[in-house]
Amino acid sequence: MAEAPNREPIDDRVFQHLVQLAALELRADEAEYLRRELNAQLAAIRNLEAIQIPADLPITSHGVPYSPAIRPGPRPDQIRPSELADAILSQAPEVLDRYIVVPDLPRTDLE
Amino acid sequence: MSGQICDLPAHELVRQLKRGEFSAEEALESTLNRIERVEGRSGSLENTSPDPSDPDRVHAYITVTRERARQQSRAVDRALAAGEDPGPLAGVPVAIKDIFCVAGTPSTAGSRILANFVAPYTATPAARLEAAGAVTIGKANLDEFTYGSSNESSAFTPTTRNPWSTDRVPGGSSGGSAAAVAAGEATLSLGTDTSGSIRQPAAFCGVVGLKPTYGRVSRYGLIAFASSLDCPGPLARNTTDAALMLGTIAGPDWRDATAANAPLADYLGALEAGVQGLRIGLSPDFLRLRTPDGETGEQREHGLQPEIEQAVRRVADTLAGLGAEIVEDVRLPSVQFGIPAYFVISRVEAASNLHRYDGVKYGHRSAAPVTDLSQLYRRSRGEGFGTQPKLRILMGMYVSGAQYEKRYYERALQVRTAIRRDFERAFDREGPSRLDALLAPTTPTTAFELGKVYGDSVLMQYADLLTVPANHAGIPALSIPAGLDSKGLPIGVQWMGPDFSEATLLRIGRAYEQATADQPWRQLRPAILRELPNG
Repeated sequence: MAEAPNREPIDDRVFQHLVQLAALELRADEAEYLRRELNAQLAAIRNLEAIQIPADLPITSHGVPYSPAIRPGPRPDQIRPSELADAILSQAPEVLDRYIVVPDLPRTDLE
Repeated sequence: MSGQICDLPAHELVRQLKRGEFSAEEALESTLNRIERVEGRSGSLENTSPDPSDPDRVHAYITVTRERARQQSRAVDRALAAGEDPGPLAGVPVAIKDIFCVAGTPSTAGSRILANFVAPYTATPAARLEAAGAVTIGKANLDEFTYGSSNESSAFTPTTRNPWSTDRVPGGSSGGSAAAVAAGEATLSLGTDTSGSIRQPAAFCGVVGLKPTYGRVSRYGLIAFASSLDCPGPLARNTTDAALMLGTIAGPDWRDATAANAPLADYLGALEAGVQGLRIGLSPDFLRLRTPDGETGEQREHGLQPEIEQAVRRVADTLAGLGAEIVEDVRLPSVQFGIPAYFVISRVEAASNLHRYDGVKYGHRSAAPVTDLSQLYRRSRGEGFGTQPKLRILMGMYVSGAQYEKRYYERALQVRTAIRRDFERAFDREGPSRLDALLAPTTPTTAFELGKVYGDSVLMQYADLLTVPANHAGIPALSIPAGLDSKGLPIGVQWMGPDFSEATLLRIGRAYEQATADQPWRQLRPAILRELPNG
C-alpha cells in the first residue's frame, strides 16, 4: 500500500535545516515535540492566506505612527564615557587579561 | 480589608506613611511577612523535586532582595525624618517582573540561559520607580522570556499559582507580578505586555493591568521579546494606583529611540471626571471568537465563557447608568486575525532578539567539551533555552525565509495595518462610531487549571485572542476586575482607546470602581488570604 503523502510542510529535512540556522543542539524527544508544534502553529498561520487584503495595503512596522510631533530626535553624536566596562566584563564566562576567551573558530582546510 | 499595611493600595499607603502612621520600614516588613506566609519556595533552577507545601503557595518571585529593599526603605524614612519628600511612591513595595534589568540583581528572564546574569544597569521604568521612592522587593517570576500565558514555561520552579485558587494558573507572562499584587506580596508591579501579558494575568488574578500606548514607557533595560510590540506597564490593586504608577514611569527617554515625546497627561488629576457623555463601544468581533480546530487548523466560531459575556454587559449597563453612551455593534473585522499575524511577527522578532545569547559574553555557557566556537553556540543555546524560546526561534527562521517572506511576514504586517485601521475608524471623530473607548472582555475564559493547556502552543497562544489586537494597533488598553464567576474566579474586562488616551481609560475604570464599590464580590479577598489567621 502506498504511503500517505507527507502533509507536514516542516518535514524532518526542513526541520534540521532550521535547527542548524538557529544554532541549537536538541535532544531527540525535544526535536519531535518542537517539529509537531511548529506544524500546528503553521496551520494557524495559514489562516492569513484566507484574508481578503488589498494588494496595495501598506505594511505597518509599529502600531503607533511616529509623527514628527512625538518622534524623538536623534541623540547628539558624542562619545560618552561608560563606567560599566568592569561590570559587563564580569558577566563573561571566561576572561583573560580583559579579553573574552572563546574556543577556536571553525575552520576548513583548503586543498 | 485585613488591616495589614501590605494590603493597602499604593496611594493610601503613601498618604498614611507621609502622615507618620507607620514607617517605610514597617511597610516593607509587613510585605516581607506576607511573603513568609504565602510565598513558599520562590522559583529556582534547583527545585527539581516537588515539596508537599508547593500546591498551597503562590511562588510569585524568583529573587527577593530583602537587604536591598531594607536599605531603600530606610532611605525613605531618613528623607521623611529630614523633612524631605521621598517622592510620589514613597515606601511602596514593588515587584519587578524579571524581564527588566535591575543593577546588581539577578535578571534571569525566567530562563536557564540567563540564570547567572547579574544586570550591570537598571531599566528606565524600574529606575523611575525607585527614584519616586518605591522599594523594590524583588524580581517576579514569568514565562520564559515572556513566552506564554500561564507562567508554566519558566525554568524557575515551582510554577507561580493563582492566589484565588492555587490549582489554577496566574496567567502570563506577568503571572508572578499579578499574583504578587493580588496576594499582598507587593503593592505594585512592573510588567510587560506584548500580546496581553499584563492584562491577561491581571484579569486572572483580579487586579488592574494597564498596557500603555506603544512608546509611552521606555523599553531601555527590558530584555526584548518582540521589539515592535513590547510595552512596560503597571499592575496594581485599583485604577488610582495604576494612574499613580503610570505617571511615574512614562515619558521620553534618550536611551530609547521609540520612547515617544508625547506630553504626559495628568493621570491622577483626570481620574474623577466621570463618564458623562463618553461614547463607549461594544463589538461583536470581541464576543464571537474564531479559534483553530485542533486537528485541521480550520477556524471555528464559538462564544465566550457565558459569565464573562454577562459581565461585559453588566459593565456596559453600569457605565450607561453613569451617563456614558453605549454604542453597539461596532465592527472591527480584522481583529479575528490577530493571533495568526502575531504568530508570524512575534516569532520573527523573537528569533532576531534571541541570537545574542551565545554563551560567550554573558549567561549560560555549556561546560561540555566542544571542538570549536560553533559547537559552543549550539550546546550553550540547546542547554540554556527551554522549549518555548526554541519554538519561537525556529518558527521565526521559517516564516522569515526568503521564499516565505511575502506569503507570511509581509502579509502579517499588512494584517497589522488592517487591525490598526479598524481601530482608527472606531475612534475617528468624524466616523460613524466616534468612540472614546471600546469595551471588551480581557480573556475568553477565567483562569484555567495548571497543566491543562501548557504544551499545546497553539491553544496557549489563543488565550491572548482578545488582548493582542491592542498590541498590533499600538493603542492603550486597561483591564480591571469586573466580578467573579461561579467558581469564585476573577473576571476581567478591558477598555481600549486611541493613542495616548490612558487618562480617559483610567477615568472610566475609576468611575466603574466607584459605582461598584459596594458590590459583594468586591469585598472578597483571594482564597489564599481568606485562610490566613489575622490576615
